[in-house]
Amino acid sequence: MSDHPAIEVRDLVKRFRREMLERSYGTWKSLLLKPFAKKRERDFITVLDGLSFDVAAGRTLAVIGQNGSGKSTLLKIMAGIYKPDQGSVAVHGRVSSLIELGAGFHPEFSGRENVFLNGTILGLSKKEIAERFDHIVAYSGLGEYIDAPVRTYSSGMYVRLGFSVAVNVDPDVLLVDEVLAVGDEAFAHKCEDKINQFKRAGKTIVLVTHDLGAVEKYADEVIWLDGGCLAARGEPLRVIDAYRQKISLMEDQIRRDQCQPQESLDQERWGDGQVLIEAVRVLDGAGGERAVFQQGEALTLEMDYRQIQPTADLVFGVAISNAQEVLCYGTNTHLDRVDLGPLPTAGSVRFDISRLDLVQGTYLLDVAAHATDGRAYDYIKQAASFAVRSGLGDEGVFRPPHAWRAVAKGENP
Amino acid sequence: MTLTQHLAELHRYRALLGALAGRELKGRYRGSLLGFLWTFLNPLLLLLVYALVFSVYFRVQMEHYAVFMFTGLLPWIFFSQSLSEGAGAITDGGSLVTKVLFPQQVLPAVKVLANFANYLLSLPILLGFLLAGGVPLTWCALAFPLVAALHLVFTFALVLILATATVFMRDTRHLLNNLLTLWFFLTPVLYPLSQVPEKYHPLVYLNPAALFTLAYQDIIFHGRWPRWDHLGALALLSLVLLWAGIRVFEHYKEYFAEKI
Repeated sequence: MSDHPAIEVRDLVKRFRREMLERSYGTWKSLLLKPFAKKRERDFITVLDGLSFDVAAGRTLAVIGQNGSGKSTLLKIMAGIYKPDQGSVAVHGRVSSLIELGAGFHPEFSGRENVFLNGTILGLSKKEIAERFDHIVAYSGLGEYIDAPVRTYSSGMYVRLGFSVAVNVDPDVLLVDEVLAVGDEAFAHKCEDKINQFKRAGKTIVLVTHDLGAVEKYADEVIWLDGGCLAARGEPLRVIDAYRQKISLMEDQIRRDQCQPQESLDQERWGDGQVLIEAVRVLDGAGGERAVFQQGEALTLEMDYRQIQPTADLVFGVAISNAQEVLCYGTNTHLDRVDLGPLPTAGSVRFDISRLDLVQGTYLLDVAAHATDGRAYDYIKQAASFAVRSGLGDEGVFRPPHAWRAVAKGENP
Repeated sequence: MTLTQHLAELHRYRALLGALAGRELKGRYRGSLLGFLWTFLNPLLLLLVYALVFSVYFRVQMEHYAVFMFTGLLPWIFFSQSLSEGAGAITDGGSLVTKVLFPQQVLPAVKVLANFANYLLSLPILLGFLLAGGVPLTWCALAFPLVAALHLVFTFALVLILATATVFMRDTRHLLNNLLTLWFFLTPVLYPLSQVPEKYHPLVYLNPAALFTLAYQDIIFHGRWPRWDHLGALALLSLVLLWAGIRVFEHYKEYFAEKI
């Protein structure tokens, strides 16, 4: 690979006409009836606003951002499907895009015929496809089904075949848009293997995904798009953390906006409303709101409550679960035999964790106010979330404080 | 992009062109009982119905009328089908337009080529009817490749423009299908030019589809050379139209993926 970057993006601007996004089409009829209807000037939506960056050859770049932040548009411009309105995008080398798997598959044709058709669409010659055919079929794992019409395939088979063709194009630059999310476990592993193989082979990969786990796993570098601008760019963990922080703040905001005490009987929240939890905050040691913590840091959960009907029988509880919704830890003031003393009708309760001994990941917090017998006044599932970062790759649910040492035989500990 | 680049891309992607046109042809009848036979059966049935209506019911006073009509009908079917299918080539392209990168002119070209192949494949039926009806083929039939090639260029050029227009004006196809019916009756397919009063002939000559039809009838049915002045005019028109079609298509094609 040469030294110059595989992908160069310069001052990239992309705008869409609003009418295009709204899928309203022009017709001769409307042209005839309203020939002088003026196109409104401000009917443009800027999807990408002055992006500039390079991707060095052989590196894997992940693009993250919320829906509508311009990720897919950026990828489509790299693939040459969209044209930039301003600026330029240069991609050096053969590009294969996993934006659409099985483009041009015809349902009535056999898998075999479709491999040839799809391969041709992706730019392979007949000879190249013939050379790779056995490999493509073996890789797809379709076996004898390769001669059955594609309409009889399950969606998983369809995707597998499409993926097999696309990755066998042998590109220099691979553009991947969220396709790794489809398919079963085995397929996911295959994708993973293939991406690692591409990485080892020194291919440049651009990955658009919402799966932050995949980003951590593959990316050498991450860019975070926000409203078509580069919100952050750099080393994966740093950018992902910043992104998570932003997302959780926004979620908090939404939760706060939606926090209607009257509607306390939905799935995520229940209780008789005798006591209400009005706000939940995740704080760091210094008392500032945080969403991302380092392993071993201190964390404080603060909840504001209000007693609608004051009661002496009041217990506060907390539960921490991981992203797989496995309960990691749960306790309450009653179990902990804590007496908070006489509580004012409205106030705050803090739950201090002096050391976050959790492995890296995202965690969800449930909070509750209930009676000693367990009757809920107010139970909020997933009231807040936070992420734990660690440079270590340790696994599991929790991380007990521990140490390793070597002991010679016969030696007393 | 210039004319030559546009065509060179088409040439470079000829394998895809062939594969997609094959898909179009095979896919059209895949899963139907008689399969590919429909390619032949369709025009045959059409011919039988037209012959019944015009020779038996209508009693058109003309020798070998059915063969005459068929000579003009087959190229008209190629032309009108290409136009009505080709107009939607981009809008129906779906993920081929929005998610994959390849020269988009392949899509309209595929529609035209598939119909052209269909046309060529139905020629043996025409030949059979000529022989059965006792209409002799002459050396003039050798001009067929020339006429057909011009017809192909002319059709492709129109399809390029129509496919582009359909992307921006979705009712182009409905409009087109109505116009094609009118156009059909203005073209001397069902009636010989000799039935048209002499003073209206210049009017007929203004219709390029009529010139093509007359040329086919000349070389196949009448067994005489086509009118070279007409062919010259058609050649000029086809090339100008092709140039314009490519200009229009290339100018707007960057919006295709966004617009559909």
